[in-house]
Amino acid sequence: MRRFVLRRLAQAAVVLLGVSLIVFALVQLVPGDPVRVSLGTRFDPETYAALRERAGFDRPLPVQYLTYVGGALTGDLGVSFRSGQPVTTTLLDRLPATLSLALCGLLVALCIAVPLGVVSAMRSGSLADHAATVTSQIGVSIPDFWMAILLILLFSGVLGVLPPSGYVPLGEDPVEWAKHMVMPAVTIGVVSGAILTRFIRAAVLESLGQDHVRTARSKGLPDGLILRRHVLRNALIPIITITGVQLATLLGGVIVVEVIFSWPGLGRLTLDAVLARDYPVLQGAVLLVAALFLLVNLVVDVLYAAVDPRIRYGS
Amino acid sequence: MTASSATTPPGPDSPEPAPPPAPRSTSREVARALVSHKLAVFGLVVLGLLVVAAVLGRTAAPYDPNAVDVLGRLQPPSLEHPFGTDDLGRDVLSRVLVAARLSLVVGAIAVGIALTVGVTLGLVAGYYGRWVDDVIMRVMDVLFAFPAILLAIAILAVLGPGVTNAMIAIGIVYTPIFARVTRASVLSVREEVYVRAARSLGVGDLRLLRLHILPNVMAPIIVQTSLSLAFAILSEAALSFLGLGIQPPDPSWGRMLFEGRGFVQQAWWMGVFPGVAIFVTVLSFNVIGDALRDALDPRQRSAIEARGASR
Repeated sequence: MRRFVLRRLAQAAVVLLGVSLIVFALVQLVPGDPVRVSLGTRFDPETYAALRERAGFDRPLPVQYLTYVGGALTGDLGVSFRSGQPVTTTLLDRLPATLSLALCGLLVALCIAVPLGVVSAMRSGSLADHAATVTSQIGVSIPDFWMAILLILLFSGVLGVLPPSGYVPLGEDPVEWAKHMVMPAVTIGVVSGAILTRFIRAAVLESLGQDHVRTARSKGLPDGLILRRHVLRNALIPIITITGVQLATLLGGVIVVEVIFSWPGLGRLTLDAVLARDYPVLQGAVLLVAALFLLVNLVVDVLYAAVDPRIRYGS
Repeated sequence: MTASSATTPPGPDSPEPAPPPAPRSTSREVARALVSHKLAVFGLVVLGLLVVAAVLGRTAAPYDPNAVDVLGRLQPPSLEHPFGTDDLGRDVLSRVLVAARLSLVVGAIAVGIALTVGVTLGLVAGYYGRWVDDVIMRVMDVLFAFPAILLAIAILAVLGPGVTNAMIAIGIVYTPIFARVTRASVLSVREEVYVRAARSLGVGDLRLLRLHILPNVMAPIIVQTSLSLAFAILSEAALSFLGLGIQPPDPSWGRMLFEGRGFVQQAWWMGVFPGVAIFVTVLSFNVIGDALRDALDPRQRSAIEARGASR
């Protein structure tokens, strides 16, 4: 087990190294002088010199890269070209909004996908199965930003029961927090749930076909018991995996939904950084999301291996 | 990495051998055939209409998509303007129709890039193995470590917004999935008897790859192409929505939705019809992809379903 974890850690480290190279290259590849481009019409020689000095653009590339990685490891991602604030602080400010949205979205997704996937696998080939398949097909194809607009149209426009956008921290006012959370969470939950449904259906079908399930059936155990004790328990492993992957995707991939709902999260921050050409913030956000993505995948893989010894000894 | 198949059900590379086909009930078979056929037919019809709209372009549109008519702004759908008019009085139907061309072209070129580069890398990695495989697949892993839309946005931050750059960005984002799908199939085909026979006859690598390996790994690649077209069109719409893709005055579904967002209360049609266009297009590619998977790559479907049905 320890060997597996170590090997997996080493792999993740290599990928993270590649990620850091790409993130570093982001700024180097910008045509022209990134500081000058970023300042645009607000250019003045003193700010310019100070920002260049702070970003270390005059030093050789390898030194710049090592400085960047060294800084990143100690939690220093430079300062924003725009606000002058440390990037790390900015990112940490935005993390709770994104984290809470991703978790609520995932909750909605599971509430949709687990019943739909399980029923559809249990009654494979039935009308219910086809209905579930078509539903998930539709869910996968709906653009999340369009879904958001439709929800706003219905719940804020026609019914007028939910605020169209904005964010209230949970600690400030739980009721308002929930009201603002419903539409963004449902938006990402539906799309994510559609993907999850397919995987859960496949996992449960797979598990249903196992010999021990047939044995249980031939012993005359009731369906509910077989489902709980023999089928779902085995199907849980792939389901946990894909749920983890979905969570990782949601952490970095809800940019458009955040923009529509004026949600002050990492996605909104990333887009603002792109539009304002605030490269240090962009780099920091991309690095953080990719690192979170890798971390979630790593945890899932290790959990997976802990549950199923075949994986440890397999490859 | 487990992220490889985040958007498709467990793939053909799962190591289980396909069990012998189990007997299935006819009614189920018919039900499935009907539904999957109906859906695929729906997808093909929609795509056909889209291609016609794309080819005809402006000639199919009842109005000039950019003709501003301030007096006739924000008109609800009517016989004159079936999809209504937007905040500048432009005909929404004409804009939706004209935008189809650019959307399809962007999707096709982006997937073309991903397909060409990804399949080549996958072939090379799978065929040569060893360090070549390691290097290529680690680079693919790195690209996979970014959520798709974030990677596209980051690339556009460097290249600058615009249609061409959006195609390149989406192409790069979807390259790793093609590399992985191809590599996985090559690994299983590489050891087939006919490949070994050809090799022992002294057939060169390039010829072997082209004549014996590529044709036998095409099925999953074709399926992936259809699914990727769906995602590429979604990505383009999202990027254009954010102002990073297709630029005005060219109409695009994504940008139209962005503009419509500000008028949700006064003009629902601005936020509804472009979305329907994206949704229906993406849905058709997805449905066709699934139908293709059933037809070309039945191993994974039947392997799972035969088990389910045999209980």
